[in-house]
Amino acid sequence: MEESQIREISCEQSVLSKPDGSSDFSQGDSSVMVGVYGPADVKQNKEILDRATIEVIFKPKIGLPGVREKAMEKMISNTCQAIILTTMHPRSSITIVVQVVQDAGSLLSCCINAVCLALMDAGISMKCMVAAVSCAISEDGEVILDPTLKVAQVASSVMHFAFESKEKDVILSSTQGMCSPDQYLSCLASCQEASDKIFTFYRTSAERRFSKT
Amino acid sequence: MKDIISTAEKQFLLSVISNGKRLDGRDTYDYRKIRITFGTEKGCCEVQLGNTRVLAQTSCEVVKPSASRPSEGSLQINLELSPMASPSFEPGRMSSYGVELNRLLERSVRESKAVDTESLCIVVGEKVWQVRVDLHALNFDGNLLDCSSIAAIASLHHFRRPEVTVSGEEVTVHSLEDREPVALSIHHMPICITFAFFQEGKYLLVDPTGGEETVMDGCMVVCMNVHRELCTVQMTGSMLLLKDQLSRCCQIAVVKVSEITDVITTALENDAKARKEGKKFGFAESKVTSRITSSNIEKQTVPIKQHSEGDGDDSWDEMEEDQEEEEAGKMKRNGSNEMESNNMVNIDRPGVGTIGEGLQNTWVLPEEESEDEEKPSTVETGATKAAVPNHAASEMQRKHSARKGVKDEDSGSEEEETMIVSSETIQESKKPEPIVQQGEVLDLSLALKNPSSTGPAGQRKKGKGAGRKKQKMGPK
Repeated sequence: MEESQIREISCEQSVLSKPDGSSDFSQGDSSVMVGVYGPADVKQNKEILDRATIEVIFKPKIGLPGVREKAMEKMISNTCQAIILTTMHPRSSITIVVQVVQDAGSLLSCCINAVCLALMDAGISMKCMVAAVSCAISEDGEVILDPTLKVAQVASSVMHFAFESKEKDVILSSTQGMCSPDQYLSCLASCQEASDKIFTFYRTSAERRFSKT
Repeated sequence: MKDIISTAEKQFLLSVISNGKRLDGRDTYDYRKIRITFGTEKGCCEVQLGNTRVLAQTSCEVVKPSASRPSEGSLQINLELSPMASPSFEPGRMSSYGVELNRLLERSVRESKAVDTESLCIVVGEKVWQVRVDLHALNFDGNLLDCSSIAAIASLHHFRRPEVTVSGEEVTVHSLEDREPVALSIHHMPICITFAFFQEGKYLLVDPTGGEETVMDGCMVVCMNVHRELCTVQMTGSMLLLKDQLSRCCQIAVVKVSEITDVITTALENDAKARKEGKKFGFAESKVTSRITSSNIEKQTVPIKQHSEGDGDDSWDEMEEDQEEEEAGKMKRNGSNEMESNNMVNIDRPGVGTIGEGLQNTWVLPEEESEDEEKPSTVETGATKAAVPNHAASEMQRKHSARKGVKDEDSGSEEEETMIVSSETIQESKKPEPIVQQGEVLDLSLALKNPSSTGPAGQRKKGKGAGRKKQKMGPK
């Protein structure tokens, strides 16, 4: 059976003093910093009566946010909406600020994982956790997990999947480029397998954090 | 924009300061701990000044120069007060505080001519480099300006722009792999030092924290380089200062600037050394792993699942089956055009009602499937045996004939088959039949209820076959 590697993962929680929860997450050289504020006051025009408003702000490293950044914001916010128990905090806001520190491939999955860890740090109630894995299909049909920027640039297609922790169901699927349904399913299965590793990482980091009294 | 602070806390802070002490245990002239880390990309650095954090990234692009200065490149500094740093910073809109900081940075770095903009010229009046420094406030705990100015200058020093060659009118920008990129020419390192004043300038503190900034009367910024040249001085707030105080501030600034310059140069040297020796560098490498809040795992290997192997979940197997069926259907359709209509009938179930009865549809019942699964072998035997007056046998017979009809589909003799089915079933059915045609239909339905099958994959096909027959019967 073929194999692929996911890059080294490291994370630090509670890195920032101002936000309620924060994380500095890196996968290989890709690095993202996330700050979470909430549940907090919400602007009147954004108030939702029966649940919390989730606002995601994605900050690129260079220049002002464009269409690509807005799309990322939307994808992250939809993923968060699926896992956060928004009805627990009606008429309040949960603000998630994502700052790209270094983009070295698999940025979307890196962001989602970082957001999940920051939400855990902030103590926001969630239905389940979420782990995202990216993969690429190279020109000769090989599946490469957690692609770097170089691999992703020459790949025939790049996919991002997010899975929830309970049933390992798919929360997010985003693809770029062309692939056959068989390839798609193969990528989905491989990413699902890889998401287990990330959930294990979440668990060990939480265990480490709360091991000492 | 400033954070709201309670009166009690304000009084406490002021009383602490008037006793010559600070909450974090520093002395009046002490700076907080400065930590500079560089990223893997050139021109990327993060500066931590106590809890205040700023991320800087320098980038460049080729642009047309302004008409007034055709032989000079440009330098832009942009400090973003991200809402990550403090909830009081709003996204998108530049607050007056943001404008003030941006302007101070421009004055200290750009207008002190720290970067040689003339060396950024490629072709006079045609092409120049535009260098841009993006600063992102990550966490706000006072003295954002000093932190940003350190980040900006460290980032500019760390940055390498692509090499450019000009031959005739052709300009070639070499990629980073192609040719060794070149450093910007930087004349000096201007560094801002902020002083906070309390109680009408009676008390002075260097490097105020967030709390101290909220209770201060005003502040003074002295921007200076290591050669003791003043680049910018600014005083804001509701206070009056004596000229002695100004000169004292400048003297303190001289010491602080030389200290900070040393920190920056050592950090730059360390990074350059690590890169040269091929050691690991970048943010991931400089992360503190000893803290309880941090954790990491090494590279991990994950098997790649091949979809065709069929080791996936049940749902995927089902999907596969569906695909197989679809393919089979396609093949059949190619074989005979009539299968087309057959398929359509099966999908379009309301069409079944036109057969004649116009009653409840009992064509595809779930029980048929179970029956099929139960008696695949009996069907086989039934096929070899002759008709027996036994009821069960007759049922078999019906099944057999139904199957035969399906088998013969390819031959295209639809009418004949249906006739066989109906004649047999008419003989066997004991019910009185007022109208022959109706009886035919009824019996056919019985026959089709039990289409014989050889395997689960075949079920569907035969069901479809039955559907088509039904339609054929309609116009009779």
